[in-house]
Amino acid sequence: MLELLTRFSAGFRRYFVIGPACKLLEVFFDLLTPLVIARMIDEGVGARDADAVLRYGLLLFAMAVIGMGFTLVCQKMAALASQGMGTNMRSALYRRINEFANVELDRFGTPSLITRITNDINQIQLAIALGVRQLIRWPFLAVGSMVAALLIDLKLGVIFLISTPLIGLVFWLVMARCVPYFKQMQAKLDRIGLITREGLSGARVVRAFVREDHERERFRQAAYEQSAVAIAVGKLSSILNPVTFLVMNLGVCAILWMGGIQVNVGDLTQGEVMAFVNYMTQTLLSIVYVANLVVVFTKASASASRVNEVLHCEPSITDEGNTAVELPSAQQVTAGTAAPALRFDAACFAFGDAQANTLDNVTLQVNAGQTLGVIGGTGSGKSTLVSLIPRLYDVRSGAVEVMGIDVRRWPLDQLRHVVGTVPQRASLLSGTIRSNLTWRDSHATDDELWAALECAQAADFVRKLPKGLDAPVEAGGKNFSGGQRQRLTIARAVVGSPLILILDDSASALDFKTDAALRRAVHARSRQESAAGGLPLTTVIVSQRVSSVRDADLICVMSHGSVAGLGTHDELLKTCPLYEEICLSQLKREELGGTAPVPAAPAPAQAAPSVPVQPAAPNIPNLAFEGGEAR
Amino acid sequence: MNPYASAGSVSTVTASVSGNDNLNGEGGETPRGDIGGARLSTMQVTRRLLSYVRPHAFSFSVSFVSAAISVVLQLYTPILIGRGIDLIIDTGRVDFDALMPLVQTLALVVVGAAAFQWLQGYCVNRLCYETVRDMRIEASEKLSRMPLSFIDAHPHGDLISRVVNDVDQVGDGLLQGFTQLFTGVVTILGTLVFMLSISVPMAIVVVLVTPASVLAASLIAKFSNRSFIDQQRVQGQLGGYIEEYVGNQRLVNTFSHGNDAQQGFDALNGELYTAGERAQFLSSLSNPGTRFINNLIYAVVAVIGCMGVITGVPAQLTVGEVQTFLSYANQYTKPFNEVTSVITQIQTAYASACRLFALLDAVEEEPDAADALELTDPQGAVSLSHVDFSYVKDRKLLQDICVDAKPGMSFALVGPTGCGKTTLINLLLRFYDIDAGAIELDGHDTHDITRASLRRSFGMVLQDTWLFEGTVHDNIAYGRPDATREEVIEAARRAHADKFIAQLPQGYDTVIGEDGGSFSTGQKQLLCIARVMLTDPAILLLDEATSSIDTRTELQVQAAFDELMAGRTSFVVAHRLSTIRNADCILYMRDGQILERGTHDELLALGGAYAELYNSQFAES
Repeated sequence: MLELLTRFSAGFRRYFVIGPACKLLEVFFDLLTPLVIARMIDEGVGARDADAVLRYGLLLFAMAVIGMGFTLVCQKMAALASQGMGTNMRSALYRRINEFANVELDRFGTPSLITRITNDINQIQLAIALGVRQLIRWPFLAVGSMVAALLIDLKLGVIFLISTPLIGLVFWLVMARCVPYFKQMQAKLDRIGLITREGLSGARVVRAFVREDHERERFRQAAYEQSAVAIAVGKLSSILNPVTFLVMNLGVCAILWMGGIQVNVGDLTQGEVMAFVNYMTQTLLSIVYVANLVVVFTKASASASRVNEVLHCEPSITDEGNTAVELPSAQQVTAGTAAPALRFDAACFAFGDAQANTLDNVTLQVNAGQTLGVIGGTGSGKSTLVSLIPRLYDVRSGAVEVMGIDVRRWPLDQLRHVVGTVPQRASLLSGTIRSNLTWRDSHATDDELWAALECAQAADFVRKLPKGLDAPVEAGGKNFSGGQRQRLTIARAVVGSPLILILDDSASALDFKTDAALRRAVHARSRQESAAGGLPLTTVIVSQRVSSVRDADLICVMSHGSVAGLGTHDELLKTCPLYEEICLSQLKREELGGTAPVPAAPAPAQAAPSVPVQPAAPNIPNLAFEGGEAR
Repeated sequence: MNPYASAGSVSTVTASVSGNDNLNGEGGETPRGDIGGARLSTMQVTRRLLSYVRPHAFSFSVSFVSAAISVVLQLYTPILIGRGIDLIIDTGRVDFDALMPLVQTLALVVVGAAAFQWLQGYCVNRLCYETVRDMRIEASEKLSRMPLSFIDAHPHGDLISRVVNDVDQVGDGLLQGFTQLFTGVVTILGTLVFMLSISVPMAIVVVLVTPASVLAASLIAKFSNRSFIDQQRVQGQLGGYIEEYVGNQRLVNTFSHGNDAQQGFDALNGELYTAGERAQFLSSLSNPGTRFINNLIYAVVAVIGCMGVITGVPAQLTVGEVQTFLSYANQYTKPFNEVTSVITQIQTAYASACRLFALLDAVEEEPDAADALELTDPQGAVSLSHVDFSYVKDRKLLQDICVDAKPGMSFALVGPTGCGKTTLINLLLRFYDIDAGAIELDGHDTHDITRASLRRSFGMVLQDTWLFEGTVHDNIAYGRPDATREEVIEAARRAHADKFIAQLPQGYDTVIGEDGGSFSTGQKQLLCIARVMLTDPAILLLDEATSSIDTRTELQVQAAFDELMAGRTSFVVAHRLSTIRNADCILYMRDGQILERGTHDELLALGGAYAELYNSQFAES
C-alpha cells in the first residue's frame, strides 16, 4: 500500500500535509470543547457570572465555525488527492495492461484484470480519502482526549488507561475473527448465485434428466451454509456495540465515584468531572471509528497488492532496441531472391512452464504471394501456430521469421501492421463500422474501406445499412449476425494493405459459396497488389474445412501440436493418412480429387494411438461407399 | 446463408418468445424482462413479509421488546450521570451517601442496557438471516417449478438478481431497517419524554434547534446524491470501456491498437476524475456538516443551560441537568439522520420485495395430473398428430405436424434456421405444451404421463452444452448418479472424452469451474455426450450435439451414437451430411411445417427443397 502511494504521490504530497493539518485544528477545537464547558461551569455558573457564560458560549461558537472552515479545506484536499491519485493509478494500470503480451493476459485472466482496474482502485481511492480525512482525526481525538484527561488529573486518568485498551482489545478480537468470515460469506453468496445461474441455464438438462430434487437439495444446502456463516458473523459483531457502551459507562461510574472523592478533598472541580465524562465518551467513540478505518485499510492494502502485482509484472514481449525492418522490393520477390514471407524454423512453443510443448518442432516456409493452409482437429495447435506470426507469443525454441527477419527483431507496431489477422472469435467493439475498420489504418479513405469490404464479401450488407460506413456497432457487434460479424472482421484485417493475411478459422460462419468467393477475392487482391508494383499478399488460412484449404499452395496438417503432413492437397492425400481421414469425414471419395488410387484408410498412426478401440476407422470406408452408392 | 450451418440452438427460442414477457401470459403490458407484479400495495407487501416472520415470532417480539428496554435504559444513563454530577458540588460538599447507590444504579442500568442491546442484535440477526434463507429457498424452488417458457423469456441475470440481491435487500432493509427505525423512533420519543420531565423550556430549546441539523444533512445529501449519480454514470461508461477493451485485449494486441485504446481510456478517466472529485468532496461534507450544526447546538444548549442555572431563565436547572441536556442534544439529532437514511433503505427494500413477490406469484407449470401414468418400460414409439404450436399467440410456429416413429427408427430434422426443428424437441420432452393435436409415446398421450417418467424415456444432447460446478465424474454421471467410476470411464471412452479427461490434473475428480471452466466448446460437448452415453434411454434427441467438434472426432463420436441408437428411436438435428444421410427418414422443415419427408435418396430424386439445399452446399465448383 505504502509503496503504491509513494509511487503515485508526486504532485499530491502537499494535499497529504495540508489536509491532515487542517483536520488537526478541527480536532484540537473538538478537544477543547469539554474544557471550555468546564470553564463555563466553574467560572460562569460557579461565580454566577452570566458574561463569562456568554463569553465561553461565543468561544464555542467561533471554534465551531473555524473548525468547519478548516474541515472544508481538508475534505477538498482529500477529494483532490484520492481522485487524482486514483485516476493516475487507473491510467498507469491500463497502460501496463496494454503492454502485456498474451502470456501475461493468460496469467492474470481478463476478469481479474477488470476487477483490479475497477474495484481495487476504487477501494484504494476510498482509503486515501479516508486517510487524509480521518486517519489523523480519530486516533488523535482518542489519544488527545486521553492526554487531556490525564492532564486534568492523573489519578482519574487511570480509568482511561484501563478502559481504552479494553475496548481496543475487544475490537481487535472481534474483527480478527470476523474478517475471514466476510470472505467466506461472499463466497457462499457467490455460490448461491452460481447454483441459481446453473439451474436456469441448465433448466432443460436438469428436467430432461429429472434431477430437480437434486438441484433443490443443492440450493437448500448452499442457502443453509450461507445463513450459518452470516449468523456466525452477526453473533460476533453484535457484541461490539453493547460492549463499547458497557465499558464506556462503567468508566463513567468509576469517574463519578473517584471524582467524588477527589472533589471532596479539593483536588478537582465539578466542571472538571464533567469534562472527564465528556472525554470518556469522546475517546471510546473515536475507537469505534478507528476500528472502522482499520477495516477499510486492510481491504485497501489487499487491493493495493493486487494492483502492484500487475504494475510489477514486466511484459514478456517487448521490442526494445528493434529498428524498423526494410521490406524486400517487388523486384526481389518476382526474381525469387527475396527471403520467404514466412518461415518457421523448428519452432516449439508451450504455455507457461508446461513440460510438454503445445507446438513441437514446426518447420515450414511460404513465399510471398503464396497461400498456406493449416488444417487439423480442435486442439491440434492450429491457432497457436499462427499466433506466433504477429508475435502474440514467443517461441520456446527455434524461430519464426517474417520477410526473412526473426519476429523478435521486428518493432511490434510494424510487424503487426505487416501482418493482418482475422481472429477466430469475430469480435467487434462498440462504435461505428468505420471506427472498427480503421484499427489498422486510422487514415484509410472511404474507397479503401469499401475495397476491403468488397474483398471480405461484406460490401453488400453494409451498403444496405441506412448509415453505411457510419452505421453503429454495439458492444461485441451484437447487432450483426455471426456471418456478418465475421466478414467485418475480415475487412478490418484487410484495411491498411497487410502483406500477410491470417484467417484463423474465420469463415466458419460463412456458407461454402461465400467462403469460396472470399478466397477468390483475397487471391485477386494479392495479384492486384503485385501488378501495381507492390508486394503480393501472402495468405494463411486456418480451417477445419477441407474445401477452404484444398487449393492452398502448401497445406500443413496439424495433430497434437506437431506437423503430421506438409504438401499440396494431392500430395497429402497420398502421403498423409490423417489428412485423408479428415477429407473423408467431409467429402465423398469421388470428391477428393486425388489422382492415385487410395487404399482404404488404415488406422492412422498419429491419431490417438493410446485409445484402444478405434471404432471410427472401420466406419469410414463403409460410410463413403454408402455415399458412393447413393450417387 | 447456409441453413445447415447454424440451426437454432434451444435458447434462441428466447428471441421468439420475447413478445410474451409478462409471465402470466396476459400480453405485453409490462416492459421487456419485467415479471410484472409491482401492483402490490405497501400494506400487502408488509403483510406478506410478516408472514415470513411468523415462524420466528418469538425472536421477533423479543427483539422489539429488548430494543425498547435497551433504548430506554440507554436514555436513562445521562440523567443518572447528571444527578451524579450534582452530588459532587465542591470541596467537602460531596454527598457520598447518595452517590454510592446512584453509581450502583447506574452500573445496573448500564449492564441492563448492554445486555438487552446484545439480545436485540442477536435476535434480529438470526431472524434476518433465517428469513432470508427461507425466502431464497422458496424463490429457488419456485424457479424449478416454472415452465421453460418463463425461464426462456426472462433474462437470467434478472432472475438471479431476484434470488440473490433482492432477497438480501429485503433482509437488510426490512428486518434490520425496521428495527433501526423502531429504535430510532423510540430514542426520539424517549429523549423527548426525559427532557420534558427535567425541564420543559429546555426541552423546547433542544427540539427547536434540532431540525437545523436534520435539514443540513438532507440538503447535503441532496447535493451529493446528484453528483453521485453523475459519477456513477461516468464510472459506468468507463467500466463498459474497460470490460470491452480489456475483454478484447488479445485483439488489441494483435492490432497494436494499445495507444489508441489508451487515448479513449484516458479521456473517460479524465471525465471520471472531474465527476469523482466533485462527488467525493460533496459527500464528504455530510459528516462535518452535521457535526458543525451539532457543535452550534451544543454551544447554544450550554449557554442557555448555564444561564438557566444562574438566572433561572428560561428554567431553573442544576449543573448536572445541563450535562444531561448536553448529552441529549448530542443524541437527539442522531436518530433523525439515521431514520432518514433507514427510510430510503426501507423503500429500496420494498421495491425488492415487490420484485421477489412478483416472482413468487408467477404462474407455475401445471402439475402432473393425479392419475398420470408412470411409464416404466418405454418402447420408443412416438407419434405426433396434427400438432400446432406457437411461442407467441399470434405468431404460428409449428403447424399440423404429423410424424409416426416406430420404435428404433431414426429421424433427421433439416431446414433453415427458425423453422421449428428445435421447437419439436422442446415439445417432445414437454418443455412446452402444444396448442393443438397430440403427441403420444407408446400410445399414451404425453399429457397423461408423468413428466418425470416421460423425460426419463429420452436421452438428450443439446448444442448449448451445460456443465455444472462439480467433478467431471459427477457431471458425466448426472443422469445416473449411482454409476460406478468404471461405467463413467466407459461412457467417456465411448464419447471420446476419455483422453483429455485423463490429462486433467485430477482426472475424473477434477472440479469443473463455472460454465465448464477452461474446457473448449468441443470438449464440453463431448462431456455432455458422455453424460447421455451413460443413460439408457428409449429415445435419443440430438440437437446439433456435435456442432463444435472437429469432423474427425465427430465421425468417431457418431459411430458411438450409432451404437447407442441401434434399436432406439432417435431424432437428430444436424447439419453434417453424413449424419443426415444415414437417417431412416429425413424431415425437411420450413416455416413450421414439414415440407418433405423420406430417405436421402428419395428426397434427392424428388428434386425439391431438400435437393436444392443439398446441391447448394455440397456441389461446390
